[in-house]
Amino acid sequence: MGSIIWLTVKLAGVTTLILLVLATPLGWWLARGKAWWKEAVGALVSLPIVLPPTVLGFYLLIALGPNSPLMAPLQAMGIRTLAFTFEGLVIGSVIYSLPFAVQPIRNAFQALGQENLDSAATLGASPLDAFLRIALPLAAPGYFVAAILSFAHTVGEFGVVLMIGGAIPGKTEVLSVEIYKLVEALEWREAHMLAALLVGFGFVVVLALLLLERRIARRAAADD
Amino acid sequence: MPPSQVVAIIAVALSLLLGPSNALAAEANVAVAANFAETAREIAAKFEARTGHKAVLSYGSSGQFFTQIANGAPFDVFLSADAELPQRLVADGLAVAGMRFTYATGRLVLWSATPGLVDGKGAVLRSNRFEKLAIADHRTAPYGLAAIETMRMLGLHDRLGPKLVRGTSITQAFQFVQTGAAELGFVALSQVVGEKGGSRWLVPAAHHAPIDQQAVLTRRGADNVAAKAFLQYLKGPEAKAIIRKYAYEVR
Repeated sequence: MGSIIWLTVKLAGVTTLILLVLATPLGWWLARGKAWWKEAVGALVSLPIVLPPTVLGFYLLIALGPNSPLMAPLQAMGIRTLAFTFEGLVIGSVIYSLPFAVQPIRNAFQALGQENLDSAATLGASPLDAFLRIALPLAAPGYFVAAILSFAHTVGEFGVVLMIGGAIPGKTEVLSVEIYKLVEALEWREAHMLAALLVGFGFVVVLALLLLERRIARRAAADD
Repeated sequence: MPPSQVVAIIAVALSLLLGPSNALAAEANVAVAANFAETAREIAAKFEARTGHKAVLSYGSSGQFFTQIANGAPFDVFLSADAELPQRLVADGLAVAGMRFTYATGRLVLWSATPGLVDGKGAVLRSNRFEKLAIADHRTAPYGLAAIETMRMLGLHDRLGPKLVRGTSITQAFQFVQTGAAELGFVALSQVVGEKGGSRWLVPAAHHAPIDQQAVLTRRGADNVAAKAFLQYLKGPEAKAIIRKYAYEVR
């Protein structure tokens, strides 16, 4: 039981870190880019919100499987398939939770006043400098929201793991799927315990988000 | 148009909408274990043609159906993938005692989508010619339990342990093998009976406890004519022939 909880936390943690790195350039470009096809990319990023996770899981099972052209370069290195591996679950989770990281970060970058960046440039700061010293700190609340949502959403992920996991103890066996199996096996007592744990966790996450939102609103009011 | 005529037209329209005017025709909701879905569809069609009753089929996992029936789901008949759940329903007073019987016995097969990988004796299990072996989870699926028993019987359980990937159902285990994600797997014979390619080893029935799939009449269906007729039909020669066609054994 402990190993399942640890693996769930590890999967959610690794996924969140990768997502925060990935969502930074993506969110910036979506917020401030000028390309006309920008919203097409935005839609693609948001797609996992509307797709049933089983659709994603099914395609991933094929894409990460031994007959997939995507796997050909890895097969040259002796890796037959990424299905049933921790790495495979991370890839699935990153895609699945992508919108929950990109959207808050994109919003945060969109809310940055152009004047802040302009005055930094006037004072001789390089674009990278301005980004690191002005934009990033101002966008920090967006990053918090992105991190909390990505982590929580990955913990709650079910369909994708179900389809590509294979329930290997210590590698791909996570909480949500375990609960499903416990219910199926009629082991309701254990199922109750884990389910209650997730309900508590979910409540704490949502509460943290609401408190964070209130603080941001208050700070914005104080700035005015 | 006089009102009486309007009423008559409405009555005729309603009777047309509500189906054949056979006063004795009734309807039964049947919960069917996913592995038996295709077989049940064919049986239900014949049953309807023979009796005029209607069998409305729902497919899913047996464990889920048990939970749903225990919580008041409107099923009159339950075709489980195992014998334990119907027994439990009877013991819990949720199903009618004496209306429980084995309608099919499943056979386990070691199957691969790759031709030539699985030999006729299952010796491939002792080789290093594969990375992943798919089974159904033994806690939730009787075919998974049978797979574990078979590996124990062959003395290979510990050795194969690290290679196992587990689907939540036998359907998923089959999916793992069919997509090639796992090179081979223990699946139900009924699943691969229509597959032309690949390679297979029919696991001897003595390697595991029999995979008896039992049917039961739920308490809700106790007075449902169609439900009782369906169970009767399921025991009959016509249904048995269909069940055998899908590679289940019938006693």
